[in-house]
Amino acid sequence: MSSALFLAGTLVVALNAYVVLGGADFGGGVWDLLARGPRKEAQRQLIAQAIGPVWEANHVWLILAIVLLFTCFPAAFARIVVPLNLPLTGVLIGIVLRGSAFAFRGYGGDRDAVQRRWGRVFAVASLVTPLLLGTALGAVASGAVGAAAAGTAASFGVRYVRPWLAPFPLSVGVVTLACFAFLAATYLTLEGPAGALRDDFRRRAIASGIAVAAAALAALVTAAPSAPLMRHGLIGSRWAVSFQLFTGVTAIVALAALVRRRYALARLAAIVQVSLVLWGWAWSQYPYVVPPDLTIAAAAAPAATQQLVIAALVLGALVLVPSLFYLFRVFKGSDRLSTISHP
Amino acid sequence: MADLLAARFQMGMSLAFHIIFAVVGIAMPVMMVLAERRWRTSGDPIYLDLAKRWARGTAILFAVGAVSGTVLSFELGLLWPTFMRFAGAIIGMPFSLEGFAFFTEAIFLGVYLYGWERVSPRAHSFAGVMVAVSGALSGVFVVTANAWMNAPAGFELVNGAPVNVHPLAAMANAAAPAQVLHMTLAAYAATGFTVAGIHAFLMLRGRRAPFHRYALTIALVVGAPAAVLQPVSGDYAATTVARHQPAKLAAMEALFETQAHAPITLGGWPDVESRRTRFGIVVPHALSLLAFRDPAATVVGLDSVPRDQWPNLPAVHLSFDVMVACGTYLALVGLWAGWLALRRADLSRRRVFLRAVVIGAPLGFVAIETGWMVTELGRQPWIIYGVLRTADAVTPMPGQLWRTGVFALIYVFLAVVVTVLLSRQIVRSPMHTGEFERAKG
Repeated sequence: MSSALFLAGTLVVALNAYVVLGGADFGGGVWDLLARGPRKEAQRQLIAQAIGPVWEANHVWLILAIVLLFTCFPAAFARIVVPLNLPLTGVLIGIVLRGSAFAFRGYGGDRDAVQRRWGRVFAVASLVTPLLLGTALGAVASGAVGAAAAGTAASFGVRYVRPWLAPFPLSVGVVTLACFAFLAATYLTLEGPAGALRDDFRRRAIASGIAVAAAALAALVTAAPSAPLMRHGLIGSRWAVSFQLFTGVTAIVALAALVRRRYALARLAAIVQVSLVLWGWAWSQYPYVVPPDLTIAAAAAPAATQQLVIAALVLGALVLVPSLFYLFRVFKGSDRLSTISHP
Repeated sequence: MADLLAARFQMGMSLAFHIIFAVVGIAMPVMMVLAERRWRTSGDPIYLDLAKRWARGTAILFAVGAVSGTVLSFELGLLWPTFMRFAGAIIGMPFSLEGFAFFTEAIFLGVYLYGWERVSPRAHSFAGVMVAVSGALSGVFVVTANAWMNAPAGFELVNGAPVNVHPLAAMANAAAPAQVLHMTLAAYAATGFTVAGIHAFLMLRGRRAPFHRYALTIALVVGAPAAVLQPVSGDYAATTVARHQPAKLAAMEALFETQAHAPITLGGWPDVESRRTRFGIVVPHALSLLAFRDPAATVVGLDSVPRDQWPNLPAVHLSFDVMVACGTYLALVGLWAGWLALRRADLSRRRVFLRAVVIGAPLGFVAIETGWMVTELGRQPWIIYGVLRTADAVTPMPGQLWRTGVFALIYVFLAVVVTVLLSRQIVRSPMHTGEFERAKG
């Protein structure tokens, strides 16, 4: 395996971590927005308590992915950001508002009206950001981003809007949102005490799990006319079909586990399922970073940079892995039901 | 042209906004760790209250710093795609390292904020130290990347493209040591004096609770030494600029003519048309002496720089003078604080000193903002000094002004909210200190 391929794989690993960790924090915001019923406030409180200690760290996976992209594949980064300027700007605004609103709500004092207002900002930003982020990824996968950079004389709409405002990218946005909500609801079944509150999130997990399946199907259908590379990668070979079938099996396992109240199994299956969706995308795109023509090898930084980044990744992992392990053991370990003292 | 200006304005605004939170994220954890340590050694609950209040403030500021930093990492590409295509492989290394440092900071801040009752005292203090150390390292890495734009190194230019890339040589660029030192000290000095100023203000308003005295002392312990050292590091930074960016030095000092025995002009308005600086105070020989340690040394003036490569003179010169004035003031107050500490004076009774600290509260941040104006505006028209022009690096997308306006609104809004929240956290805090004294007594 070439070092460029290794780095591309690491990039997907970072994105994968962002999706299953940071993505669930976004999903938590979605469930905050959709909180209803007699336990509305209890739901919101459980979400805030689950996200609080870890969301900052979870968010850094995105920064790591971006930094790896522009360090190791600068040509790809420069090409992606131009046509995707608008949705990425939307993602940024969403990230800023969501992060600040979460902190402001937590430390903004005890007045209910103020808390509700920040809670609303946090929740709406949590809904919009994954949609736009997924749309941006879908636009890259569809090949429209790579094609858009080529023609420079075209109109504003053709260059900066049409690459992402299309059925396939938008359906990937919906898949992303559904995945994040599904992950969050599944995790939340294990965050609180057993009982009615857990059952609230169990029902939400099942519903969003079904939504993931429906959205994935829609993406597959829209891929047929507009994203030929994706369609081929997803269902074009026997290998790919087996991969998709396996993803489908994990989805069924996750749903069945939720129905039968096997929460730990459901969480594991949900993580595997969503990760497989992500890797399925990465694998369909191989060997391109920006389809239809910019390959991993062509976009890669010089060898000296690649080697140093790999060295930095190894050194960084030596600090990061034990630290992350510690963080999650402290706040998500077996005695999680004792209070997390809010500062 | 309007799009270029809008893009520059948005980048400048994002940096000016983020730097405040980044700086606080470097220095505040040190204070919070010191307060916790005093609590653990003395058992005085006021120190615990202080540590927790500072931790809450840090949490709010860190959250805004983290998201505004994310904005910047995207904006590098959204606004300057050509720059990133050119520089990503050369200068991505310090950003990658910063990513890990920031990761460590976020992880241990989570442990620190939410772990008071979930981890051992030792683990909790350790988490605080990790936050402080990784916060400082994050700053070091990012400033290293910026220094490379001032003194590009680690590549060769062939047909306009970089070859023979050596990321470590790029990190070891000539501007890095001076910039890193100057910025790190600035972070401690500015944050220390702002916190000290807030508590000095409340003491002057008659709140004599020990809470404020403790807070003032710790803030000065962090801020004063840094402020005293800052002029030395500033001198080092200026000599580095003199050697590597003569045009920037000429703009900083409003020096139009290349000359031996070059003077320093304090203040004044550099008139670009007549090539003279009006109303400034001229100190003969001073620039030659400071920049090259020789009063007779020749200093390059703007007449040796092609006209289309001049930075914005009034902006750079006046920003520089404001920065130096603020820094000098804080250094003097820092010395005063040191002298009072040696004499073991009761700071709460030194009203003149407290007033001087209050005046210093905003000055560190004024110095940081104007200092970055000098660094960034002084490098123009280059985005990479001598290699790539800013105008050639900007995104081709039209309509920048709209987005810049949206971001401006968001930043103003966030600034107002953060100010309100922090004032609630810190300024109202002494209302509760009576309870602690009763508990103590």
